Amino acid sequence: MGFITNLINGISLGSVYAIIALGYTMVYGIAKMLNFAHGDVIMVGGYICFIAMFNLGLPPIVAVLLSIVGCTCLGIVVERLAYKPLREAPSLAVLITAIGVSYFLQNSALLIWGADPKAFRSVVDLPSIKLFGGQLTVSPISIVTVLACVVIMVGLTLFTSRTKMGKAMRACSEDKGAAQLMGINVNTTISMVFAIGSGLAAIAGVLLCSTYPTLMPTTGSLPGIKAFTAAVIGGIGSIPGAALGGILLGIIEIFAKAYIGTQLADAIVFAVLIVVLLIRPAGLLGKEIHEKV
Amino acid sequence: MDRLKNLSRASKDNLITYAMVIVAFVVMQALASMHAISSSMIGLLVPITAYICLAISLNLVVGISGELSLGHAGFMSVGAFTGLVAAHILAPMVANDGLRLMLSMVVAGGFAALAGVLVGIPVMRLQGDYLAIVTLAFGEIIKNLLNNLYVGFDGALHFSMKDTTSLGMNGGKVLINGPQGAVGIDKLSTFTAGFLLVLFTLFVVTNLVDSRSGRAIMAVRDNRIAAESVGIDTTKYRLMAFVVAAALAGMAGALYAMNFSSIVPKKFDFNTSILILVFVVLGGMGNIRGGIISAALLTILPEKLRFIGDFRMLIYAVVLICVMLFSNNAAVRMAIDGLRERFTRKDDDAALADDVKGGGAHA
Repeated sequence: MGFITNLINGISLGSVYAIIALGYTMVYGIAKMLNFAHGDVIMVGGYICFIAMFNLGLPPIVAVLLSIVGCTCLGIVVERLAYKPLREAPSLAVLITAIGVSYFLQNSALLIWGADPKAFRSVVDLPSIKLFGGQLTVSPISIVTVLACVVIMVGLTLFTSRTKMGKAMRACSEDKGAAQLMGINVNTTISMVFAIGSGLAAIAGVLLCSTYPTLMPTTGSLPGIKAFTAAVIGGIGSIPGAALGGILLGIIEIFAKAYIGTQLADAIVFAVLIVVLLIRPAGLLGKEIHEKV
Repeated sequence: MDRLKNLSRASKDNLITYAMVIVAFVVMQALASMHAISSSMIGLLVPITAYICLAISLNLVVGISGELSLGHAGFMSVGAFTGLVAAHILAPMVANDGLRLMLSMVVAGGFAALAGVLVGIPVMRLQGDYLAIVTLAFGEIIKNLLNNLYVGFDGALHFSMKDTTSLGMNGGKVLINGPQGAVGIDKLSTFTAGFLLVLFTLFVVTNLVDSRSGRAIMAVRDNRIAAESVGIDTTKYRLMAFVVAAALAGMAGALYAMNFSSIVPKKFDFNTSILILVFVVLGGMGNIRGGIISAALLTILPEKLRFIGDFRMLIYAVVLICVMLFSNNAAVRMAIDGLRERFTRKDDDAALADDVKGGGAHA
């Protein structure tokens, strides 16, 4: 039963990574930038939900919605103020700006909410489900997390393939200049991607804090990096790739923690990334682009 | 004098950099001996020199070779911990502190170069952002492995990946204690040693850049396919830049570690790699002098901002974002150019007006 418990925990953690990785991958696909501040949006989402639930006493569903709205706005504002002026700048300048934004968010959180960890209570207040006569316990938050991941996956796939905005996003990620000539408003499209990515980060933040209930200003940074790793494993820019990479990474991490050791789990996660990239340099589901002279 | 005039532009540029470093050292040394700078500043002197070396070495990878590396702190930590172990083992054999520090730095540089080769071979198969994320991954792996490493010395070296008891030591001293890192370090590092390391790093990097290999490295950066087509072994030269930078980072790591009485592996995490990258990018990629200046200023800045307490890192973040926005924004650039033009034109107008006035007086 230990194996199945670990597998369930792995899939649940992996679903959180997948949701974060979706945000990463969409932003990378369209803006070609490594948005290192994405992990900190997760943390902000967690804090908004925490404040709404425990300080304002709002019901969990309202708190989650508030958190999504808050992070979406944050994403749009950050994009407008920090990234939009740098659209033509070298990618490294954008990267450093993203790191600046990340420091800014972490330190703002530190000033507003303090350094001591907050005890987060799960947004899903249901009893655990016991199976096989109590041998296997499944926490409801795991089920909600996995369901959320599936719904978001399907929703995003439909959105990008069916709607006009989704098509605009794909066009922009392929060729911004040509998209603009076709009458697509590239700036609005990029803002939209940041909005969706940040909204997803808020959901991921709430789910992450519900499963691992400590909330600190640095809560988002390591999951952020790991989700980014997941996005690269799956093939950055690919939506199914991000989900696949996220879930794989979650399972590997939980199993490494259970069978090899907590200390080395992170090293193993990153080693998997290296092995995958050496075998498939564009990630598992990424498109291989051949260079031409 | 004639020889100085005949120097190439690059050599003149390098001479200015050397002169700047030497003058800064002499001034700081004089100020310190006159007690004109605060003790917290004096405590920063060695870290500043270490960060300058790191910025110069990372510049070799990011600026000269054009590869984004996000794991430079990993090599720094390999150098730091191997340097500490070497310094401890050498203690009974080498009495002179300066010589002992130098030898440990050589060992540190050697091990960091080895790590650079091991990391570099797989990394050089990739390009662009993929290369960046893999260097990040290697940096994290190195940190995690060091977090699990236990090393003791009782006449022979003992290693373990479990805990201190499984080292099986007879007396002696535990040198590296897993996540607790190293404690009771001999503080061998001095400002002078740091200064000499900066000169050495500068010497290695500037000479490499001005050599045939350096030109090959830059050719690969500018156009990999074109460089390959004229017969340059691209992997070899990219790896060369990477390994040299790793070795120099290892030496700087040893210098850095031996400035403190204790040091933990967690110190050399992703944030430290990013810190060094920020020095390089703010100083201007490929611009070694700029990297030196920004490393020094950005190490002092948080210290000088200490009076505003918790707002310090917030201000640092805002400064970082604003500098990037201002230095890269086309509108801002145009505005600055416009202003400059306006000022020069104003001067011209004023001169013209003077001429007219002068003319009037004559008449």
